[in-house]
Amino acid sequence: MAMAWKSICKQSDLVAGAGVAAMVNGEQVALFYVPESEHQVFAIGNWDPLGKANVLSRGLVAHLQDKWVVASPLYKQHFELTSGQCLEETVSVPHFQAKLENEQVYLLLP
Amino acid sequence: MTSTVSFLTTKPHLVVIGNGMVGHHFVEQLIEQSGHQVFDISVFGEESYLAYDRVHLSEYFTGKGAADLAMTDGRLYDEHGIRYFTNSLVTEIDRAEHRLVLQNGETVPYDKLILATGSYPFVPPIPGHQRDNAFVYRTLDDLDAIRECANKVTRGTVVGGGLLGLEAANALKNLGLETSVVEFAPRLMPVQLDDKGGSVLKGMIEGLGVKVYTDTATKEIVAGDDAFHRMNFADGTHLETDLILFSAGIRPQDALARQSGLDIGERGGISVNNHCLTSDDHIYAIGECALWENRIFGLVAPGYAMAKAAVGHLLGHAGVTFMGADMSTKLKLLGCDVGSVGDAHAQSQGCKVFVYQDEISQSYRKMVVSEDGKKLLGAVLVGDNSYYDTLLQYYLNAIDLPDQAQSLILPTMDGAPAALGVDALPATASICSCHNVSKQDIHDAVCNGALSVADVKGTTKAGTGCGGCAALLKKVVDNELLALGVEVSTDICEHFAYTRQDLYNLVKVEEIKSFDALLHKHGKGHGCEICKPAIGSILASVWNDYVLKKEHISLQDTNDRFLANMQKDGTYSIVPRIPGGEITPDRLIVLGQVAKEYGLYTKVTGGQRIDLFGATLPQLPEIWGKLIKAGFETGQAYGKSLRTVKSCVGSTWCRYGVNDSMTMAIDLENRYKGLRSPHKIKFAVSGCTRECAEAQSKDIGVIATEGGWNLYVCGNGGMKPRHGDLFATDLDDATLVKYIDRVLMFYTKTADRLQRTSVWMDGLEGGLDYLKSVVIDDKLGLCAELEARMQHVVDTFQCEWKTTLEDEDALQTFRQFVNHDGDDNNVVFVEERDQMRPATALEKQQLIAKVG
Ligand code: SRM
Ligand SMILES: Cc1cc2nc3c(=O)[nH]c(=O)nc-3n(C[C@H](O)[C@H](O)[C@H](O)COP(=O)(O)OP(=O)(O)OC[C@H]3O[C@@H](n4cnc5c(N)ncnc54)[C@H](O)[C@@H]3O)c2cc1C
Ligand code: SF4
Ligand code: FES
Repeated sequence: MAMAWKSICKQSDLVAGAGVAAMVNGEQVALFYVPESEHQVFAIGNWDPLGKANVLSRGLVAHLQDKWVVASPLYKQHFELTSGQCLEETVSVPHFQAKLENEQVYLLLP
Repeated sequence: MTSTVSFLTTKPHLVVIGNGMVGHHFVEQLIEQSGHQVFDISVFGEESYLAYDRVHLSEYFTGKGAADLAMTDGRLYDEHGIRYFTNSLVTEIDRAEHRLVLQNGETVPYDKLILATGSYPFVPPIPGHQRDNAFVYRTLDDLDAIRECANKVTRGTVVGGGLLGLEAANALKNLGLETSVVEFAPRLMPVQLDDKGGSVLKGMIEGLGVKVYTDTATKEIVAGDDAFHRMNFADGTHLETDLILFSAGIRPQDALARQSGLDIGERGGISVNNHCLTSDDHIYAIGECALWENRIFGLVAPGYAMAKAAVGHLLGHAGVTFMGADMSTKLKLLGCDVGSVGDAHAQSQGCKVFVYQDEISQSYRKMVVSEDGKKLLGAVLVGDNSYYDTLLQYYLNAIDLPDQAQSLILPTMDGAPAALGVDALPATASICSCHNVSKQDIHDAVCNGALSVADVKGTTKAGTGCGGCAALLKKVVDNELLALGVEVSTDICEHFAYTRQDLYNLVKVEEIKSFDALLHKHGKGHGCEICKPAIGSILASVWNDYVLKKEHISLQDTNDRFLANMQKDGTYSIVPRIPGGEITPDRLIVLGQVAKEYGLYTKVTGGQRIDLFGATLPQLPEIWGKLIKAGFETGQAYGKSLRTVKSCVGSTWCRYGVNDSMTMAIDLENRYKGLRSPHKIKFAVSGCTRECAEAQSKDIGVIATEGGWNLYVCGNGGMKPRHGDLFATDLDDATLVKYIDRVLMFYTKTADRLQRTSVWMDGLEGGLDYLKSVVIDDKLGLCAELEARMQHVVDTFQCEWKTTLEDEDALQTFRQFVNHDGDDNNVVFVEERDQMRPATALEKQQLIAKVG
């Protein structure tokens, strides 16, 4: 399927070092803005499959053994920001390519 | 026991009678040394459980189950072809025919026999001792029976004030019974303590509300008037009680030896030699049933040593013999430290004695030294066991005492007792007596790659018996690691090679004001969910900045970031501060109106305030806008900070109140409400000794007295309850506040992250006395600074919600979605008892199915 960059929100909607939630094609997405990382912005699903609530955007961003992760605010499992993979359990959440351009946040979407 | 099992064996048949701690250890040792390839092994135990940890039996009453206490689930036996039979009492040994007879009449042939039958509780033949509701304290079954009875009654009495008796009394107290101890001897713990030590202990135990009758003989037990039993004492007095627990000593279980004509001691016990061989060459006896040089050893460590000796002899390893064992003990009985080392009664020829006694903080210590003053022969400690490890090592290793030997039991000016550096211990020093692990063994284990206490435990088993050696073990392991150049990590996480205390000092001394600055100067990488909130909290404790400032926002856990407590469905709860639990009808109405408007679930909390549940992210600022307008402030239920000051109405209303606990509670709550601390802090203030505010279970507890206020510190409810320690008595208002300022700031400065005051106190070297010396006597010269820091926190208090409502940028972050106005469709409520609650997963499915 053809993929295209789609603008989601302004850079100023993001919070440095933390996450916010966005609605993308009817799905909840967690956007993280990490200025000191190479990627700058990351996007994964907002649904925490272990805590069973839409909360990942409200977790703490951490850098563990060279991986950028978010710790779920409910039960603290870590999800990798680049892949959506959970470090503790064999579950993962969706992940999306994201970029910052002209103070806008873009996701690569079908 | 099934009769189909054949005992026709090809290898010699070795039978172990008794599957207690020592019988089990024997089997383990035998397997470890491949004895299962030499012998066919069968084990018979009378109890319905396989071996379990009797030493920690009392934990059966404090949350552990039989499975937690089990020493094996049988797998070890199965894997090594060892047959085991529970519920199998052996009733007879036929030595001529080399056979055993079981209770069910079956017979079992043996080649070698191990008697590990332990001991049984002695019940004094007082008339009436067989009445119902009278128990002993030895097995899991005993404890089940005691628990069942205790559930139905209110008063319990232990007969016997020895080690076990006091442990049993503690258990009864924990079961909620009004507890008494009746001891025949003139003092408690007559075997271990001298007169003075016994009487200090008695005072301490009575202080905990346990009645102690010493020098009291029970003449008979009859039916009671208002309780189940009545114990009539020899002096004509009596005691009414519902439950009696006999703990009047143990007797070696030597019935089989008597029956089969083995040599036994005059007062019982199966006589054994250094190989633990009895008078019959085919029969060994080990553990509490064995009598060695006319002594019985009622502890587990000597039993393990006997098991080793017997295994050594059976397998032909010469040189492993039993040569007696040290009977030193240290215990916390009903929360009182008691320790006894070597010759506690100073019976050695020509010995000399040092005694230190402090009637104010109730402690007593005695050292027994050799005639020339060079060696320690024994010691007695009551009230503070921090002196024990050092004394024991001097004693066990016959280390020459220092010149001022008495310094070993004197309180030192810097609080911590004079410790013997583990460096000074000889390689042969026994570190763990349960598993006979020496300093050398630990050295070897570390050299072979065991790089942590847990690893060393795994390879040597040190510390896995009674647990009494844990502190010393850690010191030795750390010392060995250090010697190897291995760093002992106390780092908070991979980003900061510092402890929380170090970081606190760095922030303060170098005036560091942000996480990035600290990371840049002293850390590496980018931080994580451990260091970020910890440093966020330190920055807040030291500078008391607004937590949602841009540079702090990413440090905050979700609760702190949104100033509310996240619930399971991602919604939040709202807890306004209600100082002291006092609230006007008008404010109560406001809470009701707001809750109604937003459809919030409403509940009175365990902390005397009102919690409104189910608010979504965007609703939080709206709701707080209304609450603040009505005069409420944030309750900081989300923060590691002061939660509540629980109160009772006190002298204003209550006929017993002796001081105005209400005003004090409100003032204290308002004073400390802004303090960010390593963990949450809770207070309570009670208006009299009836203690309706439960102050003794709080971090800071205040109880009104005729003379002012008594201050308790470092109590805890929650997961591991701890009674607060009485810190100072009859204080006036100003001194009370001064002491609380200092205690809390000292805690904030020195505790680990997420360490409640209770755990901090338990780990504080020098304990309560040390804290008193810092706070009351200003030993560290810190008091002025501690007070100034607290005053700063008090002066710079701001209601975080008020600040947030005035901060446009901060408000932006409370949007549900940055690009969309809708709600989270996973937040679904249903009604229960006229309020809403989160729908369960199943309910959500059904609701969605209905709609779809
Ligand atoms: C709401 C409340 C229960 C209730 O419905 O009444 C409650 C709710 C929570 N308690 Fe509590 N505790 C509440 C009173 C207590 C009490 C009773 C008291 O304070 O007198 C205790 C025992 C006293 C004590 O702390 O010593 C208590 C001991 C705990 C503990 C165990 C702490 C410990 O040291 O063992 C935790 C876990 C922790 O903090 O790590 C905990 C943690 C929690 C958390 C934060 C669990 C969580 O992460 O979700 C809950 C937050 C719910 C929320 O959204 O507000 N709660 N909790 C009570 C709020 C009191 C208030 O007004 O602020
Ligand atoms: C509450 C409590 C607290 C204690 N605290 C400590 C402590 O802190 N430190 C310490 O060192 N020690 C402590 N002890 C003592 C310690 O538990 C014992 O020293 C240890 O259990 C002795 O082990 P054992 O195998 O010799 O005897 P036991 O553990 O008593 O085992 C003997 C087993 O043999 C069985 N048996 C007896 N006769 C027969 C028979 N004819 N046929 C089949 N089976 C039979 C019994 O039913 C029992 O299961 C404590 C004891 C208790 C009860
Ligand atoms: S006891 Fe457990 S379930 Fe109940 S409020 Fe406290 S933390 Fe939550
Ligand atoms: S001394 Fe008992 S476990 Fe080490």
